[in-house]
Amino acid sequence: MSFKFSDENLREIEALKKRYPSSKALTLPCLWMVEYQEGFISLDAIDEISKHTDTPPMEVYRVATFYTMFHLEPQKKVNVQVCKTLSCKLCGSDKILEHLKKKDVNIVHVECLGSCGTAPVMQIDDVNYENLTTQKVDEILKEIK
Amino acid sequence: MRECKIVSRKFDLEDAHTLKVSKANGGYRTLEKLKEYSPTDIIKIITDANLRGKGGGGAPAGPKWELMPQESEKPSFLAVNCDESEPGTFKDRQIISKDPHLLIEGILITCYAIKAKHAYIYIRGEYKQYQDILQSAIDEAYEAGLLDACDITIHRGAGAYICGEKSALLESMEGKRGHPRLKPKQKEPEWYFGNPTLVNNVETIASVPFIIQNGADAYKAYGTERSPGTLLFAMSGHIERPGVYEAEFGTSMMEYINVYGAGIKNGKKLKAVIPGGVSCGVLTAKEVENLTLDYEALRNVGSALGTGGMIVMDEDTCMVTALKNILEFYHEESCGQCTPCREGTGWVDKLVGKILDKRGTKEDIDKLLDIADTMNGKTVCVFAPAVSTVIVSFIKRFRDEFEGAL
Repeated sequence: MSFKFSDENLREIEALKKRYPSSKALTLPCLWMVEYQEGFISLDAIDEISKHTDTPPMEVYRVATFYTMFHLEPQKKVNVQVCKTLSCKLCGSDKILEHLKKKDVNIVHVECLGSCGTAPVMQIDDVNYENLTTQKVDEILKEIK
Repeated sequence: MRECKIVSRKFDLEDAHTLKVSKANGGYRTLEKLKEYSPTDIIKIITDANLRGKGGGGAPAGPKWELMPQESEKPSFLAVNCDESEPGTFKDRQIISKDPHLLIEGILITCYAIKAKHAYIYIRGEYKQYQDILQSAIDEAYEAGLLDACDITIHRGAGAYICGEKSALLESMEGKRGHPRLKPKQKEPEWYFGNPTLVNNVETIASVPFIIQNGADAYKAYGTERSPGTLLFAMSGHIERPGVYEAEFGTSMMEYINVYGAGIKNGKKLKAVIPGGVSCGVLTAKEVENLTLDYEALRNVGSALGTGGMIVMDEDTCMVTALKNILEFYHEESCGQCTPCREGTGWVDKLVGKILDKRGTKEDIDKLLDIADTMNGKTVCVFAPAVSTVIVSFIKRFRDEFEGAL
């Protein structure tokens, strides 16, 4: 299974190269492009990123495994990221987690999402859903599916 | 408590994130002033105003700007830290989503002062929603010709708390793992691909337009002598009206909680407050009664002002569970570079878990303090010392609860 950047992404890479002192800086932006294009980062994609960023594939891999938002395997279900850090915990994230366990989704416990003032919070596809109640969770999941 | 709106002035306006509304309400007017001032004049005003970094450390911004070379063969850069990941902190997102043009204006002035031609905004990966708002504001600024002399690029992180540490942030921007760098002995700028670089928090940069527009004295009219100005303080947890409210340094903590936060949720009693993100030592309700919100007052009681994001806990909160929750966070987020931190965070997390499971012994509590001591001051960055402070503050103030849980 080989990987190729889409034409749009290739154009974006060329544009970004002009904005950084070194093409090595493009590792993170390229990883994001792959994540959106494919839904996960394959080893083939890592080889491809390596060519564009003038960085050894092993180094790209090291970076990809360091950041928790990159997936190294295809995702089969909807990823629901629930914040479990203190403010959300104090405001009832445990209840939301219990409720989500009954649903057909992939629950990911994540650390602080920066929505402490509107806790509890979950994130699905880059969108924050705040001030959650079990009822609200039902409505959101219905809308997404 | 007087109202002060230095950074949050346009927050309540409709569509304040658009260039049109921003300009109609005084946005970008400071750029006119740049004709009167030389770069070093600007730095002097910031130093005179004693603007302190608003990302957590509270180090004066002016002296940091002074470290940037005015004459250099290498290009200078500005890196704006928007990696807001400290639990309890959600102030920078207000700026980039409600008044992004204020940040852009601040960036333009800062870049003029340090002679940088390119600014990067490092934003945490989880803030995609707000990043999009910020990007449209930047696009608008480009179209209006505001960014002819200085480029702005957003660089998106991907879920690593440690990248909020300035040198880890630069490592990450260089396309590497976010491992903090060793601190140099002498004072010098940060380096991005070997080029001199200034790293400042979003709110620090967003405070610059007010100071340049109104002068250092206008800024110093707010706050205390040593902590002048204002901060976007925030409240979360067991509070009636959580949120971000700008207040001047030196405001009474209790008054802030009661007036802006409308008191403790459901009329309960206050038990404890973590004053500025979880990395600051916890305080008891009694301590909070007489405290003011400024760097010095909080340092005097063995805690810190941090980012000003207070986490409020009511009388029913179990402090052992709260500490366990915080330690899980640190265990997950330790970057793994230094042994005391990588191993220590896991060990203390396990030990507190053991106490919670009623399998703990008195020695475990002492062991926790012992590990905390080993983690303090023996690592590259301040992550492990922060964990150490948190553990000690919890056990020192709520030891009876830990012993009761055995």
